[in-house]
Amino acid sequence: MATIIIPTPLRRFTNNVARMNVGAGNVSDAVLELTSSFPELKKHLIDTNGKIAPFINIFVDNSDIRSLDREQTQVKENAVIFIIPAIAGGITSPKK
Amino acid sequence: MLFIVPSVATKMIKDTETDLNECCGFLFGHQNREHRTITKSLAVINSKTSDRRTGYEITSEDFIDAELMAENENLDFLGIYHTHPNHSAIPSDYDQQMALPCFSYIIISVMNEKFNSMRSWQLDSQFNFKEEKIDFMLATN
Repeated sequence: MATIIIPTPLRRFTNNVARMNVGAGNVSDAVLELTSSFPELKKHLIDTNGKIAPFINIFVDNSDIRSLDREQTQVKENAVIFIIPAIAGGITSPKK
Repeated sequence: MLFIVPSVATKMIKDTETDLNECCGFLFGHQNREHRTITKSLAVINSKTSDRRTGYEITSEDFIDAELMAENENLDFLGIYHTHPNHSAIPSDYDQQMALPCFSYIIISVMNEKFNSMRSWQLDSQFNFKEEKIDFMLATN
């Protein structure tokens, strides 16, 4: 089993569960398994097109899936999947 | 109510007041139903690539390290602090847009390279920022 780690600020949507074991496959499968167990989490991870939301970063074994195969990145047995919210702010919004 | 151990508040102020850029870091401690106590802060690099005087970003790697450090030290990961150089400690629209539920967001106002004020904010159930009162005394439990 792989392990998916839920970030602290989103644990209110997982009954304070911090880690969940998921089957191997790909990132999309793992996130689906997680959000099926904790449906309230879905709107915080998935955008309206069914993709990982742009303000959510996912690392598999310390590598950003954007540098791999994104949602199709393979998840091996014993992999660690980290969900990381984008952290930013400040006096003004960044220019588009 | 948000309690901050005085030495932690002093360190955050000392680390940030002479920096012309926005400074940022993580907050750790303990919480119960009534209040939170910040017992540790961890400054991290503002990784924003454009004007860091008016904004901050924190890398995913720093966030992972913070999560694992909290777990290893049996602390609660409670929030984020950042500075507003030459602005008030009131969150901007962008601060609110990027805020996460449950986290405390401490904003430190620095005016002319001197500490001005420190205020803390948390999203309410409607995802609007609501101020949480800060007390610089140790909680009794």
